[in-house]
Amino acid sequence: MTLFGRPLAEIGPVVSMALCAGAVPLLVLFRKLPNLREATSLLVAVTNFALVLFLYDAWKRGVPIGTHIATLAPGFQLAFRADALGLLFALVASGLWILNTLYSIGYMRAHHEQHQTRFYACFALSIAAVMGAAFAKNAFTMFAAYEVLSLVTYPLVIHAQTPEARAGAKRYLTYLLGTSIGFQLPALFLVWHLGNGSLDFTTGGLLHGSTASAGLLTFTFVLYVAGLAKCAVMPFHGWLPAAMVAPTPVSALLHAVAVVKMGVFGVSRVVLDVFGTDTLSRIGANDILIGAACFTIVVASLIALAQDNLKRRLAYSTISQLSYVLLGVALLVPAGVTGGIAHIGAHAVSKITLFFAAGAIYVAVHKTKVSELDGLARRMPITMTAFAVGALAMIGLPPAATMISKDWLLKGAAAGPNVFVLVVLGTSALLNAAYFLPIVWRAFFKPLPEGAPTGRQEAPWPCVVALAATALLTIALFLFPDGLLHLAQEAAGYVATHGGGH
Amino acid sequence: MDDLLRELVRHYKYVIYALLMVIGLYAIIAKGHLVKKIIGLNLLQTAVFLFYLSIGRVKGGTVPVLWEGDGAPVTPIYENPVPHVLMLTAIVVGVSTTAVALALVVRIHRAYGTVEEVEILAADEDEADEPTGDAGA
Amino acid sequence: MHEHLPVLVIVVPLMTALLIPLLSRFGGVRTAWTLVAAALGFSTYASWALLARVGQEGFVRYAMGGWLAPTGIEYVVDPLNAMVLVMVSSVGVLATLWMARGLAVDLAPERRSGYLTVFLLFVTGLMGITITGDVFNLYVFLEISSITSYVLIGMGRRRQALYAGYSYLIVGSIGATFILLGIGYLYQATGTLAMADLAERLPELFHQRNVLTAFAFVTVGLAVKMALFPLHGWQPSAYSQAPAGASIFLAATATKVSAYTLYRFVYTIYGPRFLIDVLPTARDLILVSACAGIVFGPLLALRQSDLKRLLAYSSVGQIGTIVLGVVLLDPAGTAGGILHMWNHAAAKGALFCVAGALAARTGGTRVKDLAGLGRRAPWTGATVTIAGLSMIGVPLTAGFQSKWLLATGALEAGMPLVVPVLLLSSLFTVIYVWRIGMLVWFAPDDVEPKVTSEVPWSMRIPGLVLAGLCLVLGVTSWAGTWAQAAAEALLR
Repeated sequence: MTLFGRPLAEIGPVVSMALCAGAVPLLVLFRKLPNLREATSLLVAVTNFALVLFLYDAWKRGVPIGTHIATLAPGFQLAFRADALGLLFALVASGLWILNTLYSIGYMRAHHEQHQTRFYACFALSIAAVMGAAFAKNAFTMFAAYEVLSLVTYPLVIHAQTPEARAGAKRYLTYLLGTSIGFQLPALFLVWHLGNGSLDFTTGGLLHGSTASAGLLTFTFVLYVAGLAKCAVMPFHGWLPAAMVAPTPVSALLHAVAVVKMGVFGVSRVVLDVFGTDTLSRIGANDILIGAACFTIVVASLIALAQDNLKRRLAYSTISQLSYVLLGVALLVPAGVTGGIAHIGAHAVSKITLFFAAGAIYVAVHKTKVSELDGLARRMPITMTAFAVGALAMIGLPPAATMISKDWLLKGAAAGPNVFVLVVLGTSALLNAAYFLPIVWRAFFKPLPEGAPTGRQEAPWPCVVALAATALLTIALFLFPDGLLHLAQEAAGYVATHGGGH
Repeated sequence: MDDLLRELVRHYKYVIYALLMVIGLYAIIAKGHLVKKIIGLNLLQTAVFLFYLSIGRVKGGTVPVLWEGDGAPVTPIYENPVPHVLMLTAIVVGVSTTAVALALVVRIHRAYGTVEEVEILAADEDEADEPTGDAGA
Repeated sequence: MHEHLPVLVIVVPLMTALLIPLLSRFGGVRTAWTLVAAALGFSTYASWALLARVGQEGFVRYAMGGWLAPTGIEYVVDPLNAMVLVMVSSVGVLATLWMARGLAVDLAPERRSGYLTVFLLFVTGLMGITITGDVFNLYVFLEISSITSYVLIGMGRRRQALYAGYSYLIVGSIGATFILLGIGYLYQATGTLAMADLAERLPELFHQRNVLTAFAFVTVGLAVKMALFPLHGWQPSAYSQAPAGASIFLAATATKVSAYTLYRFVYTIYGPRFLIDVLPTARDLILVSACAGIVFGPLLALRQSDLKRLLAYSSVGQIGTIVLGVVLLDPAGTAGGILHMWNHAAAKGALFCVAGALAARTGGTRVKDLAGLGRRAPWTGATVTIAGLSMIGVPLTAGFQSKWLLATGALEAGMPLVVPVLLLSSLFTVIYVWRIGMLVWFAPDDVEPKVTSEVPWSMRIPGLVLAGLCLVLGVTSWAGTWAQAAAEALLR
């Protein structure tokens, strides 16, 4: 297939971004015609997903993907390509965007939200930025996409424009811009300097075989990871609970999937393609990341236990779950990396389900607190069933996809020298159970409070369809994990080191 | 000390220009009267003009004109004309600057009723005290 | 005609400026504006054509009246001044376009023709500084642009403008006199005024005291003219009091031309070895004041409640960034400094267009009057947002490219401490750009916007074009390639 006389696979990433960003003028044009505006959003989301699927297919067939846009200075290029890790991220984000758009339509209308055009436009731009990061060929392009994502999600976080939303949005941008300018950018300079003027992601590591001192390399690594605050590793997690002031569709897709996954995706890139597992294990810098990730997993879970606000509890759960990815990647053994990367996809579908459910509860019965959910399963059976599936996924129980990824994580941890990681994973599973199962229990087994209405009261149908679909997707990925695992293994270099595991 | 004095005497021209320049700068900085500042500026500029002219000076030189002596052209030692020409331009520039400066002073006098720097600043200060806005939001 | 472009680019607007007072008797301001637009349109065409020619031939020389240097005055165009020329003339045309409707914002009808004449002379002076290959000719053009700028500033609407113009006149004249004195010392040492000759003769005389003194006087004089920290005192009042149309052009280009002159002196006339081998102290001093400006400029900007003053203080930081390129003396760093001239001209020009729009709608330029602007004037809102992002140096905007080049240049030149300085200034810039962005787009719904409608298209387009440039230059390598070519030519 060709477009403008060039193979579609070659310019696919750019077309995808142009498609998402190009939707913005149309959305603004249709601002007085909500039906047409939402139809455009949905159409662009579907087209974009089809395009990413096409690229996935092309990648499987071995067709070269990607193109070079501009060399801005020596070793400083705007360029795109596709590989397993990037495709996984792109597939997850673009696929869930469709469901999220559907959900948004139900949520935003039921809620009579203001500024809906701005909402859809910024959403499209966010996805464009995510596509840019997923298909980035070098660290600069990823950095650019990272910054753009921070800026275009800002209007989404401040959406309500209440004093609370302003404060949350301020915290959000301060954290993200502060760390990316203060840490990531200097790290980028250092990598450029250490890598002899190159920033290209390289299998095995751009800095593989670097003769720089271990201290400098470790410093650069720590700086880089700290600069990727979107991965919400402690102590750079403060922005995520703050961002929960945004409308639920934003929390669902961006602050459970796209934005935070951009962070862990970035760290994976840094570990695998910038430093390389060999270099990191030589200098031992991964231990710092393992430590931070383990700390985050446990502490974030403990904080989540104490939260009564449902969205805040979900936010701290996200912080904890993100560190699973970091942990897996930091183990530096193929099984662990596979688990970590597979968790990007597995956690995405289940966490978005939980957020969809939280939003649906808010829209239907205006409840935001865990303590108010007694007996709610009787009034919202579909929503609460989906919520239960998501809750099981957080713990890592069947029938949820996260079981697969956690299984690989355990394998990776058992293979390495850090056995205490197993303890951390076990503790975390218990803690997850401790703060998710009571919610399910309340909803299903406690009676409705005195005097409350008892009739069925589900959210508008687009919301219900969306959350049912993501719940089913969570189960489907458990039953048929091959595609996800294949991508994760490919990204982890698992097949290569183990002599063709097909 | 002797050497220094001898140097100073030998280069007395430079000493004079430097003094003139410093007096000019002093007037600009220390005088509050706007017209006196302009006079200081003129002193400063004049010092530089004199410096230029002294560059072109040649001992025993005369005006750079070809003389006809007994039918054959004579080329005596003459002064370098280039600095003179340059200063002609610079003087024009200086006069224009002074003209603009004086015009501004006239306008200032009309607007403020004074040409003393302190009073002008005080007048502006008073105006700034009126509620024209705080430090944004 | 084409071989005469280097001189026509100056002569056409110069002669037109003389014609305006005569011809504007017929048709008034309209005639004057048309003449200015035509003259600057021609100069813009000529400078782009020169840029294209420089691209092919490397550099263009033009001996005035056929008199070769050092007897005559030579105009020399290399990639560096071709870039500056394009910048000055293009922004000049855009500012003129803005003035088509924008003159009415803050000028009484009877003053407009005279104002346009002086404006045209001002642009001509800056272009003259840029193109000439003779240091005394440079001084003359410098004074033409200076005197006209004093007049332009003094024509501001409020009475403070008079005093701002006067203060700038005094300080600016001291600076110019210093430059004149420095040039005198150079002439005394070498007996020539042509830049090419100076470049040839100076290296043998590096240890002569008057050559060193000349450098000191010229540098300090230029530092005053370009408002390099801590000699920037005149600049905030001058920028904020000048009439709106003039301030767009003034802020976007004037100080940059002085910075260009410093590049000329350091690289072409003295040669890069001078600062490294002979006078490293001067290099350190310039570096320190540039870095101090980069940090303190945005910091001082944070405290301003007047939009134009805020932007003026931010210019203090940006000029420091440009001057960094002078002292890094490294290909990447030099290219970064040169590129930053273009990038900052685009961003600051766009921002002053917005300040002009604000003045047109509210009669003042208070930052807080921006509240709710995005609701009523989305185009203007987009302009201020994009230009602001470029000022921060967000990736994919022009500002990032030049800062990246400067930072890598600093690493290569062994001055790693410059990198945190640049980052710090970006962080400070984030704060005030954010404050503006919040006011423009996210003002509380109950705030009634002071800006109730868009300004006419002729006043919107210049800002939009410049803001668009911030984006285009950010994702293309075109400008960067030119800047690198210019840096190579300088360092050769």
